[in-house]
Amino acid sequence: MADTFHASPSACPACVAAPAAAALAERAAPKEARLMLSLPTAHCALCMTTVEQGLAKLPGVHDARVNLTLKRVAVAADPDVTAEDLIGALDRLGYEAHELDPGALGATATDKAGREYLMRLGVAGFAMMNIMLLSVAVWSGAEGATRELFQWISAAIALPTVVFSAQPFFRNALAALRAGRLGMDVPISLAILLATALSLYETAVGGGHTYFDAAVALTFFLLAGRYLDHRTRAVARSAAEELAALEVPRATKLVDGAEAVVPIAELGLGDLVRVRPGARLPADGVVIEGASELDRSLLTGESLPVWTGPGAPVSAGEVNLTGPLTVRVTAAGRDSSLHRMAELVAVAESARNRYTSLADRAARIYAPGVHILAFATFLVWLWLSAGNLHLALNIGVAVLIITCPCALGLAVPAVVTAASGRLFRQGLLIKDGTALERMAEVDTVVFDKTGTLTLGAPEPVDLASHTAADVALAAALAASSSHPLARALAAAAAAAGVAPAAVEELHELPGYGVEGWHQGRRVRLGRADWVGVQPLAMTATYLDRGQGAPEPFAFIDHLRPGAAEAVAGLKAQGLAIRLISGDGAAAVAELAGRLGIADWTAGALPAEKAAAVAELARQGRRVLMVGDGLNDTAALTAAHVSVSPASALDAARVASDIVLLGQDLAPIAVATGVARKAVRRIKENFGVSALYNLVAVPLAMIGIATPLMAALAMSASSITVSLNALRLR
Amino acid sequence: MTVLAYLIPISLILGGIGLGAFLWTLNANQYDDPQGNASRILRPDYDEHPKS
Repeated sequence: MADTFHASPSACPACVAAPAAAALAERAAPKEARLMLSLPTAHCALCMTTVEQGLAKLPGVHDARVNLTLKRVAVAADPDVTAEDLIGALDRLGYEAHELDPGALGATATDKAGREYLMRLGVAGFAMMNIMLLSVAVWSGAEGATRELFQWISAAIALPTVVFSAQPFFRNALAALRAGRLGMDVPISLAILLATALSLYETAVGGGHTYFDAAVALTFFLLAGRYLDHRTRAVARSAAEELAALEVPRATKLVDGAEAVVPIAELGLGDLVRVRPGARLPADGVVIEGASELDRSLLTGESLPVWTGPGAPVSAGEVNLTGPLTVRVTAAGRDSSLHRMAELVAVAESARNRYTSLADRAARIYAPGVHILAFATFLVWLWLSAGNLHLALNIGVAVLIITCPCALGLAVPAVVTAASGRLFRQGLLIKDGTALERMAEVDTVVFDKTGTLTLGAPEPVDLASHTAADVALAAALAASSSHPLARALAAAAAAAGVAPAAVEELHELPGYGVEGWHQGRRVRLGRADWVGVQPLAMTATYLDRGQGAPEPFAFIDHLRPGAAEAVAGLKAQGLAIRLISGDGAAAVAELAGRLGIADWTAGALPAEKAAAVAELARQGRRVLMVGDGLNDTAALTAAHVSVSPASALDAARVASDIVLLGQDLAPIAVATGVARKAVRRIKENFGVSALYNLVAVPLAMIGIATPLMAALAMSASSITVSLNALRLR
Repeated sequence: MTVLAYLIPISLILGGIGLGAFLWTLNANQYDDPQGNASRILRPDYDEHPKS
């Protein structure tokens, strides 16, 4: 790694060799590019074939392989093939795709911990089956030397298995004991160790019951639960990590007129920063040079771009749209508005950690209960049998083995795996294990507007109401700009089959619009005050034809697909719906009316959003927050459970429990239903394992439990619990 | 009962082979995409030249 690092040429001569730039240049110039894309809508064999063959046909692509389980495609291609090319090609094939960070992927592709669990599980399974075979012979009446031989062979298999496979439990139990707690792992470890030790003693003296099969079966079933639990989390974590944009936190700093790429953390007060169109502002500051428009939607929820010029204050996180800006930094790092937002999140985060999952609550009752029960049984039998330590110990251990939480260990992970698998197929990624439980308790849903209920991408309304000549002229002007409104207009005109008119001497005035000459007249497309009209109350751009009054082109931010279904579905489940947006009242009212949301707030600042959510929580409501912007981040964290779309800003996705992988919002309504069902299943599972214990424990306590009964109770309850969980799929 | 002297080692060895095979598939990344593999097997593309 170090060699290639030094050998790599810097991407641009002007770049001072900052580590980030060098690393980027190195990443950008491998012999073969390995690209990774997320495919949230791929679900069948046909999708796989279409995507693989479609991508393989592209020039420069060597190989494409779809992973249907993770809904990803790995592409090997020439270094000049970019993710944008592939995303465009997939879009034409009808598949939505997002780029994933290959660096983050390298760390998660081989899930080492998961593989370790599987290996231990495999060994435990092998040992369990072999010991079970031998045990069946003993249970069905093998006597004398045969019985002894079988017990010795069982011991020979069980001992190494327990040492190898049960290690995770021993480690966790040790850690729990050191911290002075009694987790689930302490009774588990104790049961496994005591069962093995007692059985070994019985084998050595000969004649008694051995529990080798129970010790190993216990390990196997509990490992299965742990593995499921781990896999749910690992899949969610890796996908969420990889969804993070390939956005390196860098800024272009001006040092004596030369540009240097530096990490944002190294920016100081008074530094000059160059911000190109399309880039995000790295720090708070004041514009020194240049004019442009800023997209503040992620920060404040405003859907209209805001004009900026020399002297205007700007905040970190805003996106520069049209012209290059030079900004003097007034607050960086700790003091910037971005960081203040992060602090809001931290405060809200600490409030959330208080949630105790159902499994924890069960463990809290269970762990001391089991120990007291087993110890009491031991003492009572010691007293009854007038000091027969061997007998008392035997019965005490039998109680410990029979109560051991096989089914309890599977009860939650099996259900969560089934439920998150089902939601994943719908395009929802559960990031947090307890998110489903919290989701089931929700009674109020708070939506953000821009980028959540709407797509955050404006589209021209009613092009047909303009004359074809106007549209052709506007399209010609719009085509030369990268402003989102202009791009949307040009795309819509092209889609309507309008050929752009001939316009000469096109040039863009950053922050104002585009100007050119058409049939001897000066024509303009841009801001209202620039073309000389009063602005309309809605998002619009204005066309000055050089004659007559300028013509407005109005835009509308389209509803996200499934938004109406999601709102209707949540309402049908009896949940209260609120809309809290940072956007202007007119836009919010219009959208609320369209979706039938009666309770809406406009112009809310980030802190006000979080406060509104916290206020709802104080009233005893359980809030589901759905949002995508930086301004929603604090509210997302303050909420009982939160959802953000994949297009959301990194910080918002990190703060939320559930990520929507596709464009569609409708799965949210499905998710609340599935969550409630999942919690019902978990509680049923607790009931089932309690029921088995209720039958088996008294038998163990009066001393008539046999290893066969322990094995039956353990397997039967584990299988019942798993089957019950599968009903969710 | 001397037959047990053969049968028990045989059963253990057979089981051990199974375990070894499992560990091999595990290390060969064969559980990375169960759903994709289930679909892939139905495709005729690789019938002649299997692809890893």
